[in-house]
Amino acid sequence: MMTPILEKIALFISVALMIVISYWLGQQSYNWMPVAATAEAKHVDDLFSFLVALGSFIFLGVVGMIVFSIITCRADENDYTEGHPSRGNNKLEFFWTATPTILVLWIGWQSFNIYQQLDIEGLNKIIDLKASESGNKSMLIAQKIPNQIEEIEVIAKQWDWTFRYPQSNITTSELHLPQNKRVRLILESEDVIHGFYVPEFRFKQDMIPNHRLNFTFTPLKEGKYKLHDSQFSGTYFALMEADVYIDSPEAYGQWLQSAHNNILKPSLAATEHAHQPRQLIRSDWPTIEPATPFVAQQ
Amino acid sequence: MTHSSATNLKESQIKQQAWKRYFTFNTDHKVIGIQYLVTTFIFFLIAGILSMILRGELITPPSDLVDRSLYNGLFTLHGTVMIFLWIIPSLVGLANYLIPLMIGAKDMAFPKLNAIAFWLIPIGGILLLSSFLLPSGSAQAGWWSYPPVSIQNPTGYPINGQTIWLLSIIVLGISSIMGGVNFLTTILRMRAPGMHFFRMPIFVWTVLSAQLLQLFCLPALTGAAIMLLFDLSFGTNFFNPTSGGDPVLYQHLFWFYSHPAVYVMVLPAFGVFSEVIPAFTRNPLFGYKSVAVASFGISLVSIFVWVHHMFASGTPSWMRILFMFSTMLVAIPTGVKVFAWTATVWRSKLHLDTPMLFALGGVVMFIIGGITGVMLGAVAFDLHVNNTYFVVGHFHYVVYNTITMALFAAIYFWFPKMTGRMYHEGWGKIHFWLTFIGANLTFFPMLPVGLQGMVRRISSYDPQYAGWNILASLGAFLLGMATLPFMANLVVSCLIGIQAPNNPWYATGLEWATTSPPPTENFETIPTVTLAPYSYGLPQYSTVDTTDEEAIKRHGN
Repeated sequence: MMTPILEKIALFISVALMIVISYWLGQQSYNWMPVAATAEAKHVDDLFSFLVALGSFIFLGVVGMIVFSIITCRADENDYTEGHPSRGNNKLEFFWTATPTILVLWIGWQSFNIYQQLDIEGLNKIIDLKASESGNKSMLIAQKIPNQIEEIEVIAKQWDWTFRYPQSNITTSELHLPQNKRVRLILESEDVIHGFYVPEFRFKQDMIPNHRLNFTFTPLKEGKYKLHDSQFSGTYFALMEADVYIDSPEAYGQWLQSAHNNILKPSLAATEHAHQPRQLIRSDWPTIEPATPFVAQQ
Repeated sequence: MTHSSATNLKESQIKQQAWKRYFTFNTDHKVIGIQYLVTTFIFFLIAGILSMILRGELITPPSDLVDRSLYNGLFTLHGTVMIFLWIIPSLVGLANYLIPLMIGAKDMAFPKLNAIAFWLIPIGGILLLSSFLLPSGSAQAGWWSYPPVSIQNPTGYPINGQTIWLLSIIVLGISSIMGGVNFLTTILRMRAPGMHFFRMPIFVWTVLSAQLLQLFCLPALTGAAIMLLFDLSFGTNFFNPTSGGDPVLYQHLFWFYSHPAVYVMVLPAFGVFSEVIPAFTRNPLFGYKSVAVASFGISLVSIFVWVHHMFASGTPSWMRILFMFSTMLVAIPTGVKVFAWTATVWRSKLHLDTPMLFALGGVVMFIIGGITGVMLGAVAFDLHVNNTYFVVGHFHYVVYNTITMALFAAIYFWFPKMTGRMYHEGWGKIHFWLTFIGANLTFFPMLPVGLQGMVRRISSYDPQYAGWNILASLGAFLLGMATLPFMANLVVSCLIGIQAPNNPWYATGLEWATTSPPPTENFETIPTVTLAPYSYGLPQYSTVDTTDEEAIKRHGN
């Protein structure tokens, strides 16, 4: 058996090692996420990194103790005598009730702060939006910052996405967003609950029929991304995708000019429904017919 | 006819009767317990086969194995069967067998109600699975059955897969409510003399806490299912937005039960860990009272966390913040339990028999499930991974890697008591290692692929996610295979396993004080309880009886 001093040194070294590994894993966690394409995404990644570091420390601590015991505390086959007689230890029990309490408060506080920093405006304004139907607060916000926010309507139906740019009178099948400018998406669903989700943006919002929900964010990184429906919406759910572009301000302006001539594309679901792919086992259960695209430029 | 052949005939008649009684409306809680366990295990196998077809589809990015509707039907029934026909009722079966034995009662409080509750399970299950044969196909709206998807009826048939789904959920819900009433009455009213609350084994505490939750929360789901059935079949507008209904209301009702349901499932699993770990460490359960009270704490807090499933449902910020904190609070009593198990293992005398392997494996994997659970409680992070494979991974770490592992631990641990025979240790260990490796291989890849943004419930996906999906699919097939040694072991051991002593593990608990298997009314005389639970170290639990040949055979090599 080790002497108490050696034991303390060993404990100290293992805790130090655990802290180093947990911190390292926390830093690594940024690589496990897709590219961060919005201003908000960075905050979410910071929160995840914090959660990974703390979670790793707890995992290493508890699993380390269990594995250490498995290696060092094996009993002989016929030895059914007592291990240790200790039924409890008030100090220790208080300590391990207090520890998760403090950790939970810490995690909660961090999560709360980061959520506040996201400032996904619309999410906070859902109540205001309802009030605005009788005309007030969000009108005031809109008046305060005219033309600062690009407003885009996102319309979902089984299984098609359509985007409307009311300020430019454009309707398209792909979503273009201006880089470095606040964007407000106004989400509408025509049939069932859908969800707006671009992994690189780090947030999603359900789209509930008869509710106009909106949220505001800032696209940062130029590129092409994919929008996916995040709330199960029926047979062709997997195909309910659309291309999303974050364009530089110039490219965005040019696209707005040329987009008037765009023709709405039929959705992937409509294409597949018309030409069923080869599948080994087919049930051919009846389904809702996929939506046809809007007539261009309504 | 000679005298001996007459005796043989009589014995074989008794055996035949013993075999046949499992197919009758029997009111013995032990028979009902086994009926539950065997029936639900069959449903576990069926749901497992469904999941392997799903993983077969997902081994390649395009949709090439089953068509889209069938895929949706498969995952809907996989989830429904696993939850409502395996996890919840199998734990009820285990509790049915053990609770009267553990508290020193002759039977459950209402034996006939108990039998009715059981027989509703195969009825509900067969009803549900028969929906695959309907021209409309089975339900395809996921095990949540969110409207409006669930009330769309493209076939126009008055009875479709969704109708059957709802009817079977109502039947299974009624069965669970019957069970809840029975367990509460039994535990509160029928304990042996001397067994006051703080002398009850933790398993009894966890069943009490879980069944309280059932009674409190399940009516919300049953009510929601009836309302949804009315919307679907009779054109009412509770949840139908086209005529003024509110689909989000359904989500509130559904999760008001279905989140606490996770604790209905996991609490008895924690109870199993709390029985198995002391027995195989030869230690009293560290912090027994804290663990007992923590079970109640988990129950209480879990009633106030349901909105964390709906952070993205247009939920206002104040509600998001409130439910974020309440969700995280569950980590405190849960943490107390994990620490107590760890302290019990620490500096103990470990025996790594199969039940202990499953218990320790379950605890280790539960830590991953718990940590990812706290992560999901954080609103900002949840808004990224909600409805992705990260949630699927987290959820399976809890329901498979924790609860199913606990069920395996329990079956091995109490197998000698239930059958009077020992299982084969070597095959048990093979089962453990295949399961442990298979489960991690299946469910771990879901975490990174979810972080990357792969949405759940999709039948085809972007090729960038292919690598992790291949691993998960191979893991799922391995996990399917892992069940084979388990079944072979149990069937063969049941028939020709060596005779089990009354207390093969030298464990505490009243169930070990009676014969293996126990007689019809459990105890020759109702025992009086004078000891604290988990009194490992007392002579009667510490010494291998050298006059018991079977024990020497088992422990000697």
